[in-house]
Amino acid sequence: MIPASFDYKRASSVAEALDILKGDGDAKILAGGHSLIPAMKLRLSQPSVLVDIAKIPELNFIRDRGKYFAIGAATTHGAVAAHKSVNAKLWWVANAASMIGDVQVRNAGTIGGAIAHADPASDWPAVLLAANASIKVEGTNGSRVIAAQDFFTGFFMTALEEGEIITEIHIPDPTSSDTPDSWRSTYQKFAQPASRFAIVGCAVNLQLSADGTIEQAYVAFNGVDSKAYRATSVEEALVGRTLSDETAAGACDGATAQAELIMSDHYADEVYREHLAKVICKRAISACMYD
Amino acid sequence: MKIPVSITVNGKVYAHEVEARELLVYHLRDRLRLTGTHIGCDTSTCGACTVHIDNKAVKSCTVLAVQADGCDVTTIEGLSGDASHPLQVGFKEEHGLQCGFCTPGMIMTASDLLMRNPDPSEHEIREALEGNICRCTGYHNIVRAIQYAAKEFSTEVVGC
Repeated sequence: MIPASFDYKRASSVAEALDILKGDGDAKILAGGHSLIPAMKLRLSQPSVLVDIAKIPELNFIRDRGKYFAIGAATTHGAVAAHKSVNAKLWWVANAASMIGDVQVRNAGTIGGAIAHADPASDWPAVLLAANASIKVEGTNGSRVIAAQDFFTGFFMTALEEGEIITEIHIPDPTSSDTPDSWRSTYQKFAQPASRFAIVGCAVNLQLSADGTIEQAYVAFNGVDSKAYRATSVEEALVGRTLSDETAAGACDGATAQAELIMSDHYADEVYREHLAKVICKRAISACMYD
Repeated sequence: MKIPVSITVNGKVYAHEVEARELLVYHLRDRLRLTGTHIGCDTSTCGACTVHIDNKAVKSCTVLAVQADGCDVTTIEGLSGDASHPLQVGFKEEHGLQCGFCTPGMIMTASDLLMRNPDPSEHEIREALEGNICRCTGYHNIVRAIQYAAKEFSTEVVGC
């Protein structure tokens, strides 16, 4: 399969990339290309110009900024998975990154590209929602920071405006808080065996008090609805309870309460997917006991 | 629009003008006649087209030739001139193939693994092969072939 014809421009800075984007409404950003190129090969996407940002140094970094980690948009999944400091302080995020696709995909695909594409079955959106992350974007009128909660707006849709580029992803680091040991977190998924996309993925991020009571709960799903979503029913059922298998079994009932339309395809129909969402949710909450 | 690219493939610099939409796998196979890199699924699933770009395994069906401009690419032909690389020997010795279609991709992924982890466990080998699909044999002998190579490396002290 060969993509339709397009022009190619390699940008050496974010400013240069923004400039190219401004001049052409059908231009698209190319980073790792592991979402975009398959879509172009199927002619689902036919951009006029690809603006390659993969080699822009200011988009390739992982920095510990104390309260949060900043990850440049063109950082590969593999770089996040292998990063020492991310593994030490946000191991569940590094672990989630290591579950994306396969080795080859993680060596090329980028965190910024994945969330800009916003595939409902991709892993980052649920992880970023549960981690309470935010996304920094830059446009010709300056930059703005969007909460992950407001970023994923629909089926392959995001809050990115025309001409904007994702520059950084900010993930709060709980180890820098006053109670560094109070958070328990995990990402679990039931993967499609060939593509490793999530049929159902569930990210859970809990803050516990000294006696094991859940004080804050962030639970998010991907693969279930047409976009990644926060399962507020599960979160409400968790807060105030002691973390246990029984709590997990009770709370997971609300896994799909916030889903607008449960997806159905030849891997998993609606009924099976809803069932899987509850099972994976229960497992993820229980796994937090051993984090 | 033709774009000049200069890609180092197996240590040799190749300069060509390509269309932006030319995929790296076609560039390697059709233009450079390096047909050891195979096209299987063409959807970045099967891993038959795996090559290294700057020492990292990637699926060349999902990379544009222009993205590899200025990079070092290694294909199966670049591992050794005479199939004497321990991974190639391992696949022969342990019968790690039947039809052989997936083998170049398997070997390039395994070589990426052994560069990062010279002494992988069976579990780590199987995990590293997640992105490579074999439809003949199952994976037991492929895993053994990679274990064979890892053992060779540990005794020979050669680069992979």
